[in-house]
Amino acid sequence: MKKWLHLALDLALLAALLAAPLYLSAYHLSLLGRFLAMAILSLGLCLVWGWSGVLSLGQGVFWGLGAYVLAMHLKLAGLQPGDMPDFMMWSGLDHMPAWWTLFRHSAVAFAGVLIVPTLAAAGLAWLVFNRRVSGVYFALITQALALAFATLLISEQGYTGGFNGLTDFTTLLGHYIVDPSFQRALYWITVGVLAVSFLFCRWIAKTNFGKILLAIRDGESRIRFLGYNAAGYKMIAFAIGGAFAGVSGALYLLHVGVISPAMVGVVPSIEMVVAVAVGGRSSFTGVILGTLLVNFGKDWISSAMPEMWQLVIGLLFILVVTLLPKGLAGIPELRQQLAARFKRRAPASGVDAKPLAMTQEN
Amino acid sequence: MGHLAVLTGQIFNGISVGSILLLTALGLALSFGLMNVINMAHGEMLMVGGYVAYLTCKLVHGPAAFLVALLFSFLVSAVLGGLLEVTVIRWLYGRPLDTLLATWGVSLILQQGARSLFGAIGVDVVAPHWLGGSIAINHGPLAGLTLPWVRIFIIVLTVVTFAALLVFIARTRWGLFLRAVHQDREMAQALGVNTKWVDLLVFAAGTGVAGLAGAALALISPVTPTVGQSYVVYAFLVVIVGGLGSLLGTAIAALMVGLVSSSVQMFTSVSLSDVFLLVLVIVFIQFRPRGIIFQRSRVMKEA
Repeated sequence: MKKWLHLALDLALLAALLAAPLYLSAYHLSLLGRFLAMAILSLGLCLVWGWSGVLSLGQGVFWGLGAYVLAMHLKLAGLQPGDMPDFMMWSGLDHMPAWWTLFRHSAVAFAGVLIVPTLAAAGLAWLVFNRRVSGVYFALITQALALAFATLLISEQGYTGGFNGLTDFTTLLGHYIVDPSFQRALYWITVGVLAVSFLFCRWIAKTNFGKILLAIRDGESRIRFLGYNAAGYKMIAFAIGGAFAGVSGALYLLHVGVISPAMVGVVPSIEMVVAVAVGGRSSFTGVILGTLLVNFGKDWISSAMPEMWQLVIGLLFILVVTLLPKGLAGIPELRQQLAARFKRRAPASGVDAKPLAMTQEN
Repeated sequence: MGHLAVLTGQIFNGISVGSILLLTALGLALSFGLMNVINMAHGEMLMVGGYVAYLTCKLVHGPAAFLVALLFSFLVSAVLGGLLEVTVIRWLYGRPLDTLLATWGVSLILQQGARSLFGAIGVDVVAPHWLGGSIAINHGPLAGLTLPWVRIFIIVLTVVTFAALLVFIARTRWGLFLRAVHQDREMAQALGVNTKWVDLLVFAAGTGVAGLAGAALALISPVTPTVGQSYVVYAFLVVIVGGLGSLLGTAIAALMVGLVSSSVQMFTSVSLSDVFLLVLVIVFIQFRPRGIIFQRSRVMKEA
């Protein structure tokens, strides 16, 4: 019964998203498109944080890597042969660096969107998890990574476009990006990628791999004692999260048409975590809804009362984490718990009978 | 200026940067060691300290004004930290990652509060005239070296605070409680130590010291709503390198981070030194994943 309800809910959500161009204005459709792109990142974060118990405060880095790789391709695609991107000339570079020209090929760029963030995430995770450094330490290291990444992008103006980032794109694979039909196609592609990512997460959750991730979250030492290589599992999960983030960044870039260091630093990375926390860190449907809710909320509040947004998101963070640790997805469960609490007389209510190992540790 | 003078100057700068880092990181290390809690709003305690120093110097005049400001910075930040512990952190005990997120929310609110009250542009605290000027060395191999009194004052302040904390922990009754809770919370509780009060006291003291750091920092750079954020990331790195809740380790780590960042800046840019520092920290944990100084224990911690 419950499974059936879940499926119906997911299908309804998918149908509503697919049909969105029919009932949404162009402006809101464009917003929805970019937030759905963000939802792909949230799915990855859900796998990393909600399932493996690894909190990353630097997801913006992998997101940014994906976006910058595609942005480099778009920059190159708009050039005549032998030309250089405008910002390189302004910063006094006399020739294009080789690693830039690498992404001239669209196939290389698309592969790069997936591979570069994945490798970066896997490398960091391997270095840190192998030494059994995790939990709070890992969160702080990823935050420092986000800071270092953003400052590096700003300082290397000749290679990255500096503070202004990369913008002014014209074509992708010969199609004009601003063209409404391209934008609509992009929207459906985003929904498609999101759906595929969602199914992929669902599938992982069902496999033994997914179960071991959960077990690592709830008791890493036990898993190690049982002979599993916990660091390896966490590394793979983190790499998948990085890949999702990269794809998300690239799609977001196409929707927005600009990428800059201000979009990848410490604060944006944390906002990505807020969206996941609000939706419910371990529910795939929940994080998608949470991402849409938080981002639309941000858009609405920051256009109505710009100075209020920080207060709202701060309060939201505190309230969700303290009162609703499972996010929106935890509300039905919470109702059951409350109902059980009111029916105190019934012996051995569901809440108390829960085994200890099932409680969330993170 | 000779090479030696430049080098000494950089080392001096490194030590003074390290001092502020140490003041910031002490509270983090203490509460992390004791409660396994990282307070992301810790940087905002530094900011609050800076603004309190600014306000005090506006209201109080005379040569001792800044000393009064230091006292107020400590007190206000400590009270604010205590409030934070009672209202948020206490309820999230045993959920370190959630604490991290909730306190981040607090930090956003405090930042926005400061922005609404004081504006986004920084305010300046003018150093009292007895801290103006500097020691200039005109002769010998160190000719050309100047050591500003303000920076010397910050170093002295750090040394004094650090020593006071050590004495507090080693010699007082509450320090004894602190060590007991640090070693074995359940056992201390069983023997009648009120762990809630110890947590509160230590947390408040830690944020108070961060307030001192903010007041000291206000002497050398303007106070802005985001001043804490820019310092606290380094303070986190210091805590990671220093080791779980070890004050001595924290001190060594703070000095190391300060020296590394100021000496790397001699050769490259500020931003590259950020990257370099992070790489160093990641390399460092390959060799000492638990920090410079850590307690050997057989307890399995799922941290």
